[in-house]
Amino acid sequence: MEPQVLFDAVKAEFGDAVTDLQSEGFRPPFVVVSPAALPEIARFLRDDPAMKLDSLMCLSGVDYKDRFAVAYHLHSITMRHAIGLKVFLPRENPSLPSVDAVWPAANFMEREAFDLFGIVFEGSKDLRRILLPEDWEGHPLRKDYRYPEFYHGIKV
Amino acid sequence: MTRPAEALPTQEMLINMGPQHPSTHGVLRVLLRTDGEVVVNARPDVGYLHRGLEKIGERVTYAQFMPFTDRLDYLAAMNCNCAWAWAVEKLAGIEVPERAEYIRVIVCELNRISSHLIAFGSFTADMGAFTPFLYSIRERERVNDLFEAICGNRLTYNYARIGGVSADLPQGFIEKTKEFLDYFEPKISEYNELISYNKIFVHRLANVAVVSPEDAVGYGLTGPNLRGSGVKFDLRRDEPYSVYPKLEFDVCVGTGERGTLGDCFDRYMVRINEMRQSVRILRQAIAQIPEGPVATKVPRVFKPAAAEAYVRTECPRGETGFYVVSDGTQNPYRLKIRAGSFVTMNIFEKVTKGLMIADIVAVIGSFDIILPEIDR
Repeated sequence: MEPQVLFDAVKAEFGDAVTDLQSEGFRPPFVVVSPAALPEIARFLRDDPAMKLDSLMCLSGVDYKDRFAVAYHLHSITMRHAIGLKVFLPRENPSLPSVDAVWPAANFMEREAFDLFGIVFEGSKDLRRILLPEDWEGHPLRKDYRYPEFYHGIKV
Repeated sequence: MTRPAEALPTQEMLINMGPQHPSTHGVLRVLLRTDGEVVVNARPDVGYLHRGLEKIGERVTYAQFMPFTDRLDYLAAMNCNCAWAWAVEKLAGIEVPERAEYIRVIVCELNRISSHLIAFGSFTADMGAFTPFLYSIRERERVNDLFEAICGNRLTYNYARIGGVSADLPQGFIEKTKEFLDYFEPKISEYNELISYNKIFVHRLANVAVVSPEDAVGYGLTGPNLRGSGVKFDLRRDEPYSVYPKLEFDVCVGTGERGTLGDCFDRYMVRINEMRQSVRILRQAIAQIPEGPVATKVPRVFKPAAAEAYVRTECPRGETGFYVVSDGTQNPYRLKIRAGSFVTMNIFEKVTKGLMIADIVAVIGSFDIILPEIDR
């Protein structure tokens, strides 16, 4: 399915919750949606017989300096099409609903985004730091992250 | 006073498996909650090898990141090299000479063979059969020799370049590869006679840790782990890149031939069969490879236009994807690495419920995880 067609279909279903289609220079294009509607849109994309986006390839946090984003790369094994889904979040208290009930693959990748960006995925079945130690301070992939001078009182 | 047997108190026990454990294939820690010999829950704890490759990626140029991709999956460094090169080329729209693409496919498939050999060897060693490991190392040595002839390195190659490869094939390489293929192809049947259908081996693997096709897709398994569950999906065929459309090969899937579809044995067998397909691809590639340049000119100060791309390729441990956000400067603005092993670990807790402790070893081996790719 072409990205534009897919975007129109999602837009027709969810209206204002679907804000934009980022297509020029984006590969695959991103459908930008509002955080509150994410679980329903995710479920629709997975279950709709024309979409069947059953596989979450990649979930990444991005720090665009003025705001955060979470990018979902979706693919359909049966229909062989792919699309991106993007949610923009404010820098203060970035949080959005979890999609691990829709795509179980999301859990580890959400934990990673939580760990490295401090993005909170509400309703996640298990949201802990994954790559860094549990007592690590700060979120290293944020653009304003400052490298720590001490770790447990030891100069690094 | 006597108590009925079912009221006898038994204790669950917490055991650390790893981070230093020979069968966890690296620094993986599994927190086992056991009831006797039965695993109630096995929770993987990853991150011991976290080097912050994504953060490093934001501070080096596109070309400088190439050697770091070697360290992403050191058993398949060629595949990761090429994956990065393909990702940046798709991001910036760079055309690569055909000879370079053929060389990449050749080194990728050679590396796939050597990686699957390690998977096969270490898996059988985990299952208590040490001899096949020596066989697999012996064959892998010859692949390493070929790579040494190409780029001087035996483990981390740093061979691909954005726009091509670093050097043309050395003289006599095609003949040496042909020799290797003639030598190696019969060995695969030898492995099958030696161990694959050994009764004890099959008993250790069949019906263990069954992953249904729905779960495999839902949990994002890729590569041989996905195909082991019978899902016929291979990026080389279904999302073709490079010169793969010109090469003929079969996509190997699990069939449940010794147990249930999607068990450890199916995942093991997919890798064995894939080595045969890689030999097939290699034979065609070395027959078809055209003459010509091996790299296209890329500006020394390479600044791709502001864009975002997610490009994925088929690596031996599943799909390796790079999500690159470019802001028009020399460095990637954001670089996300999607690695097959990392996503695979997500299903670990689910499939290990109720297994025996010894089966945990079989599950880790059958998923063929590698820790630098999990922790990045």
